[in-house]
Amino acid sequence: MTLLSVERLDARHGLLHAVRGVTIDITPGETLALVGANGAGKTTLLRTIAGAHKPAAGRIVFEGADVAAVPAHARLRAGIALVPEGRRLFAGMTVKENLLVAAARGRPGPWNLDTVVEAFPLLRQRLNSRAGNLSGGEQQATAIGRALMSNPKLLLLDEVSLGLAPIAVEAVYRSLSTLIAGGTTIVLVEQDIGRALGVAVRVACMLEGRVVLEGSAKDMTREEVTEAYFGLRRARRFAS
Amino acid sequence: MNWAIQQLLSGVLLGGYYALLASGLSFMFGVMRIINLAHGDLAIVGACLVFLLADTTDVSPFVALILVLPIMAAIGWGLQRWMLERSLRAGMLVPLLTTFGLAIVLENGLFEYFGADTRSLAPYIGDFGFDSWAINSDVYVGSLAVLIFAVAVLLLGGLKLFLTYTSLGREIRATAEDPDTAELCGIDSRSVYAIAAAISVASAGLAGVFLAMRATFTPFSGPEQLIFAFEAVVIGGIGSLSGTLVGGIVLGVAQTFGAQINPQGFLITGHVVFLAVLAARLALGGLRARGGVHRFFIRRP
Repeated sequence: MTLLSVERLDARHGLLHAVRGVTIDITPGETLALVGANGAGKTTLLRTIAGAHKPAAGRIVFEGADVAAVPAHARLRAGIALVPEGRRLFAGMTVKENLLVAAARGRPGPWNLDTVVEAFPLLRQRLNSRAGNLSGGEQQATAIGRALMSNPKLLLLDEVSLGLAPIAVEAVYRSLSTLIAGGTTIVLVEQDIGRALGVAVRVACMLEGRVVLEGSAKDMTREEVTEAYFGLRRARRFAS
Repeated sequence: MNWAIQQLLSGVLLGGYYALLASGLSFMFGVMRIINLAHGDLAIVGACLVFLLADTTDVSPFVALILVLPIMAAIGWGLQRWMLERSLRAGMLVPLLTTFGLAIVLENGLFEYFGADTRSLAPYIGDFGFDSWAINSDVYVGSLAVLIFAVAVLLLGGLKLFLTYTSLGREIRATAEDPDTAELCGIDSRSVYAIAAAISVASAGLAGVFLAMRATFTPFSGPEQLIFAFEAVVIGGIGSLSGTLVGGIVLGVAQTFGAQINPQGFLITGHVVFLAVLAARLALGGLRARGGVHRFFIRRP
């Protein structure tokens, strides 16, 4: 059974063809890591799945229904939540308000203010601070917490470690492991291949808008991913 | 001494009217980044609707107001859905043009139906229009002016509480900050915008009815009211509700004292104070302080 299947999805930014015929299946409870260089189309793919970007062609089937034409706010209610790149908190609102705003239109479930604070203990002291005044790690925790408040069936995480101090990355990934152990289905975009292979069950590598390598994280070596990441195999084929 | 207190009190109470008029303008700008140039004319639409009800039936303008407010809210909702939303998609300057066009359509539409007569709701509210309470033997406050001021404080305070403590209020603030991310949090930004426009236009209608009770209006009174509202908003700080009240009071007091210096001084003193505050804000970089105009031009993606 698949939770989400993306079928021959195309997405564009004007003339730029950012996502080209991507097909990916995600089963419930699985963690998929999307890796790839800057501009490979990872963020556009996540944003298209979440409804923040209109697809040019293809299908996005979530729990058996095509949601390609459904607006972003309705996809959240259906159970797809995105933690956007750069966190995008409501800077003028408090941490608590940021969390509550997503809960109001979400689905009922185990995640609420108390359980989110339990999962991200660093937020406990900061609930009434303005989100704009937080450190990077605290902001990232708030952004993930905000997505969790809607009790998503599918959590999309875009570059959660970007711009964070190593110790903050450590804290964020520790919390992620808890989520994964709890059975949350996650698609995450990660630049650090070591981390991606460590946390994910499956890895898909994107290059110039296409998925060029996909497989179980256990069977995949760093070298294979690196090769796909930089398009080395193809480069060699052109060379010979 | 009593003379100064009398002028100050009258000015503060007049400021309540300006604050009431400006609150919707400020609110719509704060949420949607739209400067609604038809705001004054929408106020006159509210006044005309209440006048029509009071004139043709025997209902009190206060009862008519309760009937007209939902109509004004519906007008705001529809305006957002069918006009502002489309023009916002074409860029943030286009709503300036469309609301300017709407202002002209409203003025001439009202002129077509009501003619050029100067009207007032004062005859329909009996003594209340000119009753006053004595503070002492020399100082009086008009009962209608006190009512208007109280309504302004209640509206601005209520709006502030609504935005801070309710779930819908949080959604409006989130959408005002970042509509794309608000969508990702499950908020239908289209309906949030429509609700904000409904609140804004209903408050304009409320202010217009009070204008018609305390003074007179014609189909072409809108633009002058828009200027007063705009001045109050700029003096108080754009997007700030408590600032709007302060801005209205400063404008009202300036006009009242100006009128004492010279009968022509009423308008000119108000404009001078507005320009002085604007110049001071620009000089001190204060436009950024409230996060209003600066945020408008810099942060919108």
